[in-house]
Amino acid sequence: MRTIEAYARDNGDIGIRNHLLIIPTVICANQVCNRIMQMVPDTISIPHQHGCSQIGADKNRTFDVLAGTGKNPNVGAVIIISLGCEVVDPVALAEEIRKTGKPVEMFDIQSIGGSVKAIGHGVEIAKRLKAELGRQRKTEVPLAKLKVAVKCGGSDSTSGLSSNPALGFAADRVIGSGGGIVIGETTEIIGAEHLLARRCSDDGISEKLISIVNRFEKEVERMGEDMRGGNPSPGNIAGGLTTIEEKSLGCISKCGSAPIRGVIEYAESIPEGGLYFMDSPGNDIECVSGMAAGGAHIVCFTTGRGTPTGAAVVPVIKITGNPRTFKLMEDNMDVDVSGMLTGELGLEQAGDRIWDEIVEVAEGKWTKAEVLGHQEFSINRIGPSL
Amino acid sequence: MSHEIARKSNAIVMNELDHVATALKDMKVGEEVRFHVGAEVREVRLSEAVAFGHKFAIVSIEAGEEVRKYGEVIGRSTEAIEEGSHVHVHNIEGIRGRGDQADKEEAN
Repeated sequence: MRTIEAYARDNGDIGIRNHLLIIPTVICANQVCNRIMQMVPDTISIPHQHGCSQIGADKNRTFDVLAGTGKNPNVGAVIIISLGCEVVDPVALAEEIRKTGKPVEMFDIQSIGGSVKAIGHGVEIAKRLKAELGRQRKTEVPLAKLKVAVKCGGSDSTSGLSSNPALGFAADRVIGSGGGIVIGETTEIIGAEHLLARRCSDDGISEKLISIVNRFEKEVERMGEDMRGGNPSPGNIAGGLTTIEEKSLGCISKCGSAPIRGVIEYAESIPEGGLYFMDSPGNDIECVSGMAAGGAHIVCFTTGRGTPTGAAVVPVIKITGNPRTFKLMEDNMDVDVSGMLTGELGLEQAGDRIWDEIVEVAEGKWTKAEVLGHQEFSINRIGPSL
Repeated sequence: MSHEIARKSNAIVMNELDHVATALKDMKVGEEVRFHVGAEVREVRLSEAVAFGHKFAIVSIEAGEEVRKYGEVIGRSTEAIEEGSHVHVHNIEGIRGRGDQADKEEAN
């Protein structure tokens, strides 16, 4: 069994990073969290727009993404900062994250007496937790515990011709080694869902996959608009993609060829081993944030047009099959598979290049997005602000 | 699906059922383009410039026909498209995600 050096967590998970995460339960706590992040190096804050004026499933979704991000195995310790009157319950959030066994501290700005005192208090906690995390050592852990998310964004026609099939080859290697793959972007399987439905492990899973696509398409119909222009986006179209069907057919190859073992909700915990579909929007940051909240360790992200985005608690590996984009945006690109378009690089070679990068990043190599401090975070909404 | 792209091809056809090829470099009007369709090597003369990553018709397509790439339907032609023409948003529309046509479908 292949092993890597990573952090063995109390609950049996493995962590490939050891972040101290600072979570605002509500937008009103963002600034306090950001100031603490600035004061204590190598901490991560996840400012967001939500946490209040939300009800029902929409409120629960915000809670689930915050809880899931805190529970992500790449996070070693968590500080939760509440305003004190919002709808997301900070006590319940702390309890949920503590189930993993990691240290979680929580306080609110109203009780502590304003921003200045809250920042000071948070810095003291962060100093102590950082010291504790610094004492933890990596050990040999099974590579089979790794969960890799596959995503594409800023697509052009090279995505479907090269980078996505190459990532699919690497995804099959991840699954072959016992690991897990999660694919999402419900919008971006419209027109290709029949191909994925045939690959589901049973009829119930196929039906669920088809039903989430239908539900999304009905939402678009309710808007009374052609989705073209929104998706495919103006940049996708400039890059040669004509319709959502064409984009989708190019997208799905990135998850490889394994059977789909289940369809999970946005931000739901990703089961170990095999291929899963997460019902999620195509929007890059919302989708990746949901996958990280589901417990993905790494995101493999193909792009044709080029995009710099990273993620708060997971390394994002950028892969392009567009030779111009690799040259223009080398700052942001980790893996170049553009040789596939000239016949210089075969599918297997390109896929192995991505697999090697996955293993190196899992053992600690920083991705370009990490080096540049890209820590994008965004929560999908399903209800109105009240 | 053919992912192994032959050296010196300047366009790729993903499946033998396809109506379109994708340009692997910027190509000019009148250029003869060689590509593989399965084992067969074919040539098409471009009647329009086609940019890198864009598609051109490798067969003539009638108006209202379902257009294929990857062997699957990517949309429907909105006009007759001659072999060698640029194929994109000006002559193909999506069939799915068409909220703008939802009322029309309900009326039918």
